[in-house]
Amino acid sequence: MSSSLEKASAPAQLRRIVIEPVSRVEGHGKVTILLDDQRRVHQVRLHIVEFRGFERFIQGRPYWEVPVMVQRLCGICPVSHHLAASKALDGVVGARTLTPTAEKVRRLMHYGQILQSHALHFFHLASPDLLFGFDSDPARRNVVGVLAAHPDLARQGILLRKFGQEIICVTAGKRVHGTGSVPGGVNKSVSRAERDELRRPLGDVLGWAEGAVQLVTDLYERDRARWDRFGAARAGFLSLVGQGGALDLYDGVLRARDQDGNILFDGVAPEQYQERIKENVRSWSYMKFPFLAALGPEAGSYKVGPLARLQNCDFIDTPRAEAARQRFVAGGIIHAPLAYHRARLIELLHAAEVIERLLADDDLSGDRLVTSGPRASSGVGILEAPRGTLIHHYDVAANDLVTMCNLIVSTTHNNGAMHEAIREVARQELDGREPTEGLLNHIEVAIRAFDPCLSCATHALGKMALFVEVLDAGGAPVAQLSRSGS
Amino acid sequence: MTAPTLVIGVGNPSRGDDALGPAFVDRAAEELRTFVEGGHLELLTDFQLQVEHALDLIGRARVVFVDALVGGDAPFVWRRVEPARDTTVSTHAMSPAAVLDAHRTVLGDPPEAWVLAIRGERFELGEGLSGVAAGNLESALVFFTATCG
Repeated sequence: MSSSLEKASAPAQLRRIVIEPVSRVEGHGKVTILLDDQRRVHQVRLHIVEFRGFERFIQGRPYWEVPVMVQRLCGICPVSHHLAASKALDGVVGARTLTPTAEKVRRLMHYGQILQSHALHFFHLASPDLLFGFDSDPARRNVVGVLAAHPDLARQGILLRKFGQEIICVTAGKRVHGTGSVPGGVNKSVSRAERDELRRPLGDVLGWAEGAVQLVTDLYERDRARWDRFGAARAGFLSLVGQGGALDLYDGVLRARDQDGNILFDGVAPEQYQERIKENVRSWSYMKFPFLAALGPEAGSYKVGPLARLQNCDFIDTPRAEAARQRFVAGGIIHAPLAYHRARLIELLHAAEVIERLLADDDLSGDRLVTSGPRASSGVGILEAPRGTLIHHYDVAANDLVTMCNLIVSTTHNNGAMHEAIREVARQELDGREPTEGLLNHIEVAIRAFDPCLSCATHALGKMALFVEVLDAGGAPVAQLSRSGS
Repeated sequence: MTAPTLVIGVGNPSRGDDALGPAFVDRAAEELRTFVEGGHLELLTDFQLQVEHALDLIGRARVVFVDALVGGDAPFVWRRVEPARDTTVSTHAMSPAAVLDAHRTVLGDPPEAWVLAIRGERFELGEGLSGVAAGNLESALVFFTATCG
C-alpha cells in the first residue's frame, strides 16, 4: 500500500472504484480509489465535479450589490456569504467600527445561521449514520429513516432549524436572499416585539440543544475506541478567536496551531491572511489545497470548523457550552473526524446561548444602523461560517465596480485534512477487503464529518489546474491534456 | 391567518433557468396580487426544498411546488404528488414527495400537493432566464391562474 495514497505508481493496472456522488454533502463530489488484484489500496482522491465561476461572476459588479449576490453561492450557508461580503466591504466604505445596533443585529443573524445549519447537519445528515450505524441498510440510513425511528428527535431538529431561520428572516428581512446587512452596517434593527416573539421558544431551543449535546456524547461513550480512531489524521487548526482568546464566530483575529496544539501565530489581522495562508493546486482537482505558510505545502494542511475552533480558542463565554467544551478537550488534542459532530453540537448550544443573550440586549432595537469613513480600495472580511473560516476579499475601483474577488471557503481550507481523513479510513477499513456499499459508506461518513459544502468550494474560473485524461476501452491512458494553475 | 394555498418556488436565481421557480413566484405576485393580499394565496421561494418546509405546509388546503424541469415535456408538467419515502434523500435538498412524507411522519396527513415543473434549457452561472424558459413560464402562469386563481 502506498504511504500517502495520493498518487499510485501504476494506476493503469489497478482496479478503479468510484463513489459518485458523495451523498448527503452539499454539492457534488467524487471519490476514486485504486486497488490492485489483492485489493490493496494504492490511491484515494476526492474530486470536485461541480465547477462554479463565482469570483469571475462578481467582478464588474457594483460593490453594494455584492452582499446580496454572494448569497447565491450556496443554498445552505447564504447568510455566511452575505455577512462575510458585508464585512469585507465595511473596509471599503471606511466603516472601521460598526454601530452597536449594526454589530449586534449581524451577530444575531450569524448565530441564527450557525444554529440552523448545525441542526440540519446533525439531525438530518449525520444522525442516520450515527444512530443506525455506518453499515446499516442504506434504505433506512437517511433523514426519513430518522423521522420514522426517532420522530421526537427529528421533530426537534426541524424546529431548531426553523427557529434559526426565523432569526434570519427577522434580521435579514427575508428567509432567503435577505438584504439586512449592507456595507457599513445593517438596514433594519430588531423591534422589541420581534425580540419578544423570538424569545418565546428559547426555553425549548436551549433544552433541545443541551439534549443534542448529551445524545452525541452518549453515542461517543458507547463506542469511544472507534470514534477516536476512525479516520484520525493529524493536521493543524485555524480559526478566528475573539477578545482574550474567546470563541467568536463573527469577528476576531486569526490564530493557528500546529498538529500538537502549539500556537503558530496569533493576533493576525484579517487583512494579513495572504501572508499566513498559501494555496497549492493539484492537476486532478478543481479545489485548491491551502496550507499554513509557516509549515509549507507538505506539512501545512489544517482543519477549520467546529473541531478546530473548540481547540483553538481558550474558552467559550457562555456557561453551558463552556462546560461541555471543557469536557470535550479534557483528553488532549483531538484529530478524529467524528469529533466534529460533538464539537458542532457544542457550538449549536453556544449559538442558542448567544441568541438568548442578544435578544435581551436593547442595542438590537437601536436606530443608528450605518456608519462610514474614508473610502478604501480593498477590503477583507473573515468570519467563522458553520463549516469553518470563510474569507471574502475584494478590490473596488473608484467607479464602485469590483475589480478583484478572492473567496476562500471553509471546505477549501479543509481540503488537505479531508483527504488525509479519507485515506486513513481507506487504510483502516478498506485495505485488503472486498469493497461493499457499507464499507464505501465509511469513506462518505468521514467526508460528511467535515460537513463539506462542495458546490461553493470550487471557483476561480481560469485559475485552476486542469487535467484531462483519455482512456482506451481497457482503461489504459492514451492521451492527456494538462494546464497548470496560475 | 394561514393562506389555504401555498406556492413554493424552488431554484437559484443566478443559475439561468434554475431561476424558473423564484421567477414564477415573482410573476404570480404581480398577476395574483389580489389573492395574495386577500389571504387566499401565499408565495415562498427557496434555493432548495428542506425538511423544515414541512412546517410551511401546516394548515394548508393545497400546496404547489414550482421548479425548473430538465428535459421532459415543454412548456410545463402539472402533476399530483403524494408523500413518498425518498430513499435517495441526499445532500441538503429533498424532493416534494419527501417533504410531504416528513409532514406525514411528524405532523400527520399533508395537504393536497401538486408539482408545476417548468421546462428550462440553460443552467449556467450568471445567466438570466433563457427566452424559451421565459415563454414556458408565461404559459405555466396562465395555466396556474386558470386552475388555481
